Amino acid sequence: MSQALLIKGARLIDPVAGTDAISDLLVVEGRITDPTAAPNDARIIDGKGLVLTPGFIDLHTHLREPGQEDKESIKSGTAAGARGGFTTLCCMPNTEPAIDNSTVVDFIKQQAAENGSVRVLAFGAVSRGRQGVELTDMEELARAGVVGFTDDGAPVATGHLMQSALLYASQLGLPVMDHCEDYSIVKGLGMNEGWVSARLGLAGYPSAAEESIVARDIALSELTGGHFHVAHLSTAGSADLVRQAKAKGLRVTAEVTPHHLTLSEEWVLGTHGDVEADAVVTTAAYETRAKVSPPLRALSDQAALVEALRDGTIDAIATDHAPHTYADKSTPFDEAPNGISALDTAFGMLMGLVHAGQIDLPTLVHRLTAGPVSVLGERFANLATLAEGTPADLVLLALEEEWQVDASKFASKGRNTPLDGDTLRGRVKLTIAGGTVAYDGLSI
Amino acid sequence: MTTGMAVPLKAKISAMPRRHVLDLDDFSKAEIESVLDSADAMREVLGRDIKKVPALRGKVILTIFLEASTRTRVSFEQAGKMLSADVINIAGSGSSAEKGESLLNTALTLQAMHADLIIIRSPQSGAPYFLARNLDSVSVINAGDGTHAHPTQALLDLMTMRRHIGDLAGSKVVIIGDVLHSRVARSDIYGLAAVGANVVISGPTTMIPLEMLRGRSEHFPASVTIQPDLDKAIEDADVVMALRVQKERAAIGMLPSMREYTRRWQVTDARLARAKTGALVMHPGPMNEGIEISSSIAHGPAAQIEEQVTNGVAVRMALLYQTLAGTGGVEL
Repeated sequence: MSQALLIKGARLIDPVAGTDAISDLLVVEGRITDPTAAPNDARIIDGKGLVLTPGFIDLHTHLREPGQEDKESIKSGTAAGARGGFTTLCCMPNTEPAIDNSTVVDFIKQQAAENGSVRVLAFGAVSRGRQGVELTDMEELARAGVVGFTDDGAPVATGHLMQSALLYASQLGLPVMDHCEDYSIVKGLGMNEGWVSARLGLAGYPSAAEESIVARDIALSELTGGHFHVAHLSTAGSADLVRQAKAKGLRVTAEVTPHHLTLSEEWVLGTHGDVEADAVVTTAAYETRAKVSPPLRALSDQAALVEALRDGTIDAIATDHAPHTYADKSTPFDEAPNGISALDTAFGMLMGLVHAGQIDLPTLVHRLTAGPVSVLGERFANLATLAEGTPADLVLLALEEEWQVDASKFASKGRNTPLDGDTLRGRVKLTIAGGTVAYDGLSI
Repeated sequence: MTTGMAVPLKAKISAMPRRHVLDLDDFSKAEIESVLDSADAMREVLGRDIKKVPALRGKVILTIFLEASTRTRVSFEQAGKMLSADVINIAGSGSSAEKGESLLNTALTLQAMHADLIIIRSPQSGAPYFLARNLDSVSVINAGDGTHAHPTQALLDLMTMRRHIGDLAGSKVVIIGDVLHSRVARSDIYGLAAVGANVVISGPTTMIPLEMLRGRSEHFPASVTIQPDLDKAIEDADVVMALRVQKERAAIGMLPSMREYTRRWQVTDARLARAKTGALVMHPGPMNEGIEISSSIAHGPAAQIEEQVTNGVAVRMALLYQTLAGTGGVEL
């Protein structure tokens, strides 16, 4: 068994217990246990000045395996998760083949057991082959262990299919996550409709094209009683719709990404958000590494998303980690695939909100741990606490440490981040998954 | 000069050096005037029996046209040849693009052959910026990128206007039609703003960027206004510019019908009568005669459409000279 670990003098934040205090924490045999009973051979970690929280849970990760191992594998993706402080990753089913039958789920579980450094949970596809026509064998997938259903990468194709999926999934006690994009308005664009799209002559994805599907799915959730989870919510209007749905008591939850909380459409200009209103378009523009779906939105959306995260309208932060190869992104803007490699930088980006006074640290930790659990279900509640007897999924954080993003050193195979070269303040120092050290950056 | 064939230009041209020509948003009024002054001088060469000067002898220019084009491609090629550069044309079909080579790798290959200048036309907005960002020793000229910019067209438009109107400060230019998809309109807006002209956009609201309709003007020149009603927009205009409207737009629900478009936005004699006396009518081509412009206007005295083409060669000569010769590089 793994060596016992005694973390001394860290500030412990437990979002389930609601505690925030300096204390010691002991890990023995993969579980959190009474810190006064440390064995003599325990590794002692000085946690002074650091924050210790439950490991982060990512509801939305593209691990790309099976099928696109040039972009990411379960091995590299979970290593990136560990680097980012995540001890649970929920992988998306838009693999090749799609996660639409139990054999693929079993393959992922096996790969994760053999090569993964953190826990992997799988979402199953809503529709067979993600074709938007027939439902998958949802009960079979649920028995194989999927934690929800989504056709992510694409919306659930029709209102009819969404209605059926919500009804069927609710019998299984699982959520239906939808990538809300109205394909009758736009399809697959990674650029917000706004001043930057008008300026660059790029077709724009208006907020309305997200909101019309969010509204559809909320209405269907009300109709069916099913649990609708909004994937990567990106607009002020979507946040308002979810706020209203929750006020009505509907079973609607939502997630938001670090990039939608901290970046805006101006990043496509390639100037790292530093833009004068009358600035000329430079050769840095058409930044494909800032091309993502849903797109980076307006500054006003960004502010509304932070507010919605703070007030609990948005339950969870999810990375939508979407790794791509260098060649994939080294193209003119329209040709490049959507997505940001997000696991390595998520915490540092989010700490920017804390440093700016836009959200407090316990709330941020909640949205990275207990928040995702509220989407996945209470059977995962022991992953979001530091209570004795629970699995030792932990992360040790240095809130003030500054570091420079160097995508070439990412644990992920995907180096597609618009933040390359930027300095972030806030860094993951140690990640423990199931009592084992999954990432050790204490000496860095 | 060693060749007796190529007669040097009469006037020494002083051009402001620049590495790339990607759009007009980074051109000052002085720089635009410098290009137009050079172009006026270049036009003199076009009138000669032997249309050639040695200015760019030994320079290699590549044109990459990934989209159909006649006038722009030929115009650049002719401009390069008249300045004695070696011009090599690459089309999308028949090139390694057909074998799946990426634009980046194609461009790096051409750079390795020591090309001096790449002229690119692409259906993708931003493609010339992408090349300029990734190539460290080649100049890039944008010959039209997607629905973004077409700076050489805008400069030839400005040249045509200036030759007839003189100082363009305070003049009124109406741009009519599918501005949403028009790279010409975008570049014209910036060029005209730089020289102090006022621009009125007119056309179906389905063909005007939402950002302009919302009136959040801080990101666009203050001299640009929107007036969908062409009868109002055209009043007292100095220049009336009709854009090409693609017939497919009606089929995908962006327009009720071409008939309705014609009725509301065609440049006709009756409408032109509301503009200033002697107003110029321009069109970037190719025209849909009888749709965005009536035949009598297209071939009437107000139309500058063929002069635009002539000026296009002169402007491109000026830009090739400016990017390749710089101020002290090549003696004229």
